[in-house]
Amino acid sequence: MPEPRRLPARSVIGSLVLIAVVIGGGAAAFAYTAGWLSPQRLTPDRMVDALAPPGGPALGHRRNHAKGICFTGVFEANGAGTALSRAQAFASGQYPVLGRFNLGTADANAPDATVRVRGMGLQIATPDGEIWRSAMINAPVFPVSTPQAFYGLLLASGSKDPDAMKTFAGAHPEIAPFGAWAKDGPWTGSYAEERYNSLNSFVFTDSSGAQKTVRWSLLPAAQPAPISQDDLAKRGPNFLEEEIVERVHAGPQHWTLAVTVANPDDPTVDPSKAWPADRRTVEVGTLTVQRIEAEADGPCRDINFDPTILPSGIQTSDDPFPAARSSAYAKSYDRRTAEAKDYPYTATDAKP
Amino acid sequence: MTQAVMGAPQRFTPLQRLLHWLMAICILAMLFIGVGMVSTVMPKYLTLVSIHKPLGIAILVLALIRLVVRLRYGTPPLPADLPEPMKLAAHLSHYAFYALMIGMPLLGWGMLSAASYPVVLYGSIYLPPILPLNDSLHTLLWNAHFYLAFAFFALILLHVAAALFHALVRRDGVFEAMAPVPTTASDEIVPAE
Repeated sequence: MPEPRRLPARSVIGSLVLIAVVIGGGAAAFAYTAGWLSPQRLTPDRMVDALAPPGGPALGHRRNHAKGICFTGVFEANGAGTALSRAQAFASGQYPVLGRFNLGTADANAPDATVRVRGMGLQIATPDGEIWRSAMINAPVFPVSTPQAFYGLLLASGSKDPDAMKTFAGAHPEIAPFGAWAKDGPWTGSYAEERYNSLNSFVFTDSSGAQKTVRWSLLPAAQPAPISQDDLAKRGPNFLEEEIVERVHAGPQHWTLAVTVANPDDPTVDPSKAWPADRRTVEVGTLTVQRIEAEADGPCRDINFDPTILPSGIQTSDDPFPAARSSAYAKSYDRRTAEAKDYPYTATDAKP
Repeated sequence: MTQAVMGAPQRFTPLQRLLHWLMAICILAMLFIGVGMVSTVMPKYLTLVSIHKPLGIAILVLALIRLVVRLRYGTPPLPADLPEPMKLAAHLSHYAFYALMIGMPLLGWGMLSAASYPVVLYGSIYLPPILPLNDSLHTLLWNAHFYLAFAFFALILLHVAAALFHALVRRDGVFEAMAPVPTTASDEIVPAE
C-alpha cells in the first residue's frame, strides 16, 4: 500500500466543498421527493387530515365511513362475467366474502339519520389466491371530478366561511347531480335496501386479452321502502345496525352484481358523470350476506377495503380516484391501527 | 503479478463490485420511490407502489447473495494509517448496511402481511404472508420501516461522503477498491493484476 499523498490545503478545501455539495444536493433531492419542500402538494396526510371533523378524528376508527358493521357471506358467480373478465370471481362458483356496511361520516357515533351516504366494503376471495376488494356507496354519482376537487370540497365543507360551499359549488358545477340526489333522493330504512355503486371505472380484461372499461353496482333483492329522514331519526341513532342484525338473522340478504360496460366516448375518467342508462349491463352473480358481526371484534375491522386490490383481469382505468383512495385509505389504516387502544376489542379472545 | 504474490487483494472482486453498484442503484431508487409514493395521491402512487414491492424483494435476494459472497471473499484491508475511529466507523457501517439491506424488505413484507394486504410481485404472482393480521404488529413494523428508511438514506449520505473523502482527500485506495472500473488513481496504486 503506497503512502497517501499529502494534498495542498486549497485542494483539500475544494474537495471538501465538492463533497458538501454532493451530500447537500442528495439530501435536497430526497426532501423534495418526500414533499417537504412542497407545502401545496396534495399528500395522503393532508387528505386524511381534511376528513377530520372539528373535534378531531374518531381515534382507532376509519377516517371516513367511520361507523360500520361487519358481514360475511358468499358471492355466487353465474359465469356471465367471464365474457368481460378472466378474474376467477366471475367463473361459475361460490366464493367467500367479507364486508362492511357503513355510513359516510368521519364520526363513529353519528346518528344514522344524519348521514346521507351509505356504503359497502366488500372482499371476494377466490381459490387461485386472488383477492378483490371494493368500496361502494349508494350515491348514483360522485360529487366531484378529481381528487384535488374532493380535497377542496372537504376544506369548503369544514370552513367557517358561510359562503364556502356556495363558492365551491360555483367553481365545481359537476357537483349538481350529486347535490340533487342528496337533497331529493329517497332514504331507506335498511342497509339491505340500498344499491351500492362502484362509481369509479375499472378496466376488465377477458381471456382473449380484450379490454373494456366498466363500472359495477350491487342491486338489492329487497324492495326499497322509502322513509323520510325525520321518521328515520325517530327510530334511533343506531337503527341501521340493529335492523340489519335482525334482518340477516331472520334470513340471508341478496344483491345482484351488475357490470355496466362503457361505450368508447363515455366519461370513464370522471365519476361525477353518469353514463347513459342504455349501456350494456351484464348480471354476473349474486352476493349473499349470511352473518352480521359487530365491528369491534369483527373480521372487517382490520381490513382496508382498498379499491385497487384487484385480481388479474381487473385493473384501474384512467379514473384518478382509485389511486387517491388507495393512498388515503392506507394512511387512514396506518393511523387507526396505531390507535387500537382507543377502540378496544370487546372480547379478549377475539384479537387476531 | 498475482494476488497471492501481492498478499491481500487491493480491490473487491468483480462480482462484489457488480453487486455493490447494482444494489446502490436499486437502493437509492427504492428510497426515493418510498418517500415519493407516500407523499402523493396521484395515479403515479399505484405505479410507484407496484415497483416498490418487487424491487424490495429483489434487493433482499441480492443482499443475501452479497452476504454469502462477502463471507466467501472478504474485503481488501483498510489502509494501515487510517485512524482507528474511522476504521471502526467503516466496519460498523458495513454491519448497518447489511442489516438494513436484509431487514428493510423483511419489515416491509411483514408489515403488509400484518395488515392482510396481498404482497404482489407482478401480475398475479404473490408472496405468502409471513405474519398474521395484527394491528399492533403492523404499527410496530410500519414505524420501523418508516424511520429506518430515513436512517438508511442518512447512512448512504455518510457512506458517499466517506467514499469521496477517501477518493479526493486521502487518496488512499479505499475508493478505488470498490470503483466500478479501474481509475487512473487505482492504476497508480494497484499494480496490474
